[in-house]
Amino acid sequence: MSRARFVLAELATGLRRNVSMTVAVIIVTFVSLTFVAAAALTQMQIGNLKDDWYDKVEVSIFLCPSDSSVPTCADGEVTAAQRDEILAVLNSDSVAPYIDTVYTESKQEAYDALQEQMAGTVWAESVTVDLMQMSFRVKLKDPEQYQVVADAVAGRPGVDSVRDQRQILEPLFVILQRATLLSAGLAAVMIIAAVLLITTTIRLSALSRRRETGIMRLVGASNLFIQLPFMIEGALAATVGSLLALGALYFGVRYLIEDWLANSLQWANLVTTDDVLAIAPWLVLIAIALAAFSSAVALSRYTRV
Amino acid sequence: MIRFQNVSKVYARGARAAVDRVTLDVERGEFLFLVGSSGSGKSTCLRLALREERPTGGKIFVAGRDLSTLRQWKVPHLRRQIGVVFQDFRLLPNKTVFDNVAFALQVLGKPRHHIMTTVPETLDLVGLDGKGKRYPHELSGGEQQRVAIARAFVNRPAILLADEPTGNLDPATSVGIMRLLDRINRTGTTIVMATHDDEIVDQMRKRVVELADGAIVRDQSRGVYGAAR
Ligand SMILES: Nc1ncnc2c1ncn2[C@@H]1O[C@H](COP(=O)(O)OP(=O)(O)OP(=O)(O)O)[C@@H](O)[C@H]1O
Ligand SMILES: [Mg+2]
Repeated sequence: MSRARFVLAELATGLRRNVSMTVAVIIVTFVSLTFVAAAALTQMQIGNLKDDWYDKVEVSIFLCPSDSSVPTCADGEVTAAQRDEILAVLNSDSVAPYIDTVYTESKQEAYDALQEQMAGTVWAESVTVDLMQMSFRVKLKDPEQYQVVADAVAGRPGVDSVRDQRQILEPLFVILQRATLLSAGLAAVMIIAAVLLITTTIRLSALSRRRETGIMRLVGASNLFIQLPFMIEGALAATVGSLLALGALYFGVRYLIEDWLANSLQWANLVTTDDVLAIAPWLVLIAIALAAFSSAVALSRYTRV
Repeated sequence: MIRFQNVSKVYARGARAAVDRVTLDVERGEFLFLVGSSGSGKSTCLRLALREERPTGGKIFVAGRDLSTLRQWKVPHLRRQIGVVFQDFRLLPNKTVFDNVAFALQVLGKPRHHIMTTVPETLDLVGLDGKGKRYPHELSGGEQQRVAIARAFVNRPAILLADEPTGNLDPATSVGIMRLLDRINRTGTTIVMATHDDEIVDQMRKRVVELADGAIVRDQSRGVYGAAR
């Protein structure tokens, strides 16, 4: 169709006239979207780890052994009555809704577990069943609700200490969260730069073709028709930038994470190139939205009918 | 075809009116000269009819449309019915004569076969047959203005607005351009031409509207450039 051919010809002229600016737009979108995607992938990684580990983590209520210095253990080893009382608290209406299961680990079981984990070390050889602690292993419906359980049982007679395994993981999540924030912050700065640059590029392009657009307006070309080549110019550059970002992430994840990190961190469920592909459409969409927004700003003043 | 009802245009707040309560009726097929000294508001009147400017008072009707209520997105439709020619031709230097004229149809999305037949036809009409492959800088001023007229007329608009089309041309060449405009006028196209060229106005003996400080001071059919003495 002659209309499409015409737009394409105009587009080619525009791109040729603005090669260096177009390249700059491509680079800025490339970098900004890389940071956007890095933030997204880190969030996905956090999600993965939480899914994995929160299933396994439990709140451990350690009961008094025979020789504890904790005040609640002043009476010596936990009694059967105290145990029942603690269990009753866990089964009470205010606490039970948060709890999935409660498992009672006996001293013998704790001993066996230790022997298995520490087999061959001085620890395993020096310890006896009697030195071990009995505990309730509480699995929560929502691992974030640890405090409810802790508050209910901590300080009761017979309770030595309450420990939340989640707390061991928390520093890692904090690091990942901060990485996300850093990445998102850099992305925001780069996106501002991208918008400004795309706006300037389109504006320059429109200025350099003032003559043509002036005539178009006079002979009654529609607004869309006049603006389309410029919009496509911006969208095209931004899309190329987003594809470069995707390429960089794909290979980054492929070689750094899948091939290298995954080998040394086999216990963790790491992000994969599939995740990169999953966010790919969004990245391209963001690029196009950026370009569309910038064109709207740039063109509202320069090619208005 | 074009009607101004008590139209005023004040560009800047507090400035004197560039167009001052002008009431004017141009019939279909008419040829009208807009004369007046520099700064009398001729170009402003043409721009108002094109809706490049909005009047600060009064109403304008062009080709049956009320410009004061015309939606912004419909302005292109208005302009498709109006051809415009300027003193400085405004051709695209990097396009051939043919492409300059075709441009006006391409940007309206006209099909190729239509362009391939209409453009040569129009170049023929303006006396440029055989020059389609030339570039603007390879043409004389008169020929360039013919290209501009061809571009303005290629879509067969009902109205042609010309702002001093002979302003950059010598008298002999100007006569040629006027013959061409007259021929276009005979096809039924309404023409409004702003000019300083007294010889041409006197020769053509068409309707003359004279502006002074934005107001109409004379409206004369078969008139001359200066007031009848
Ligand atoms: N864009 C503008 N902004 C402000 N004032 C303007 C603008 N265009 C024209 N004017 C003023 O309006 C008045 C009429 O100008 P206009 O161009 O219509 O005159 P003209 O009759 O076409 O003159 P000329 O014969 O020199 O072309 C002048 O005083 C001019 O300074
Ligand atoms: Mg003028």
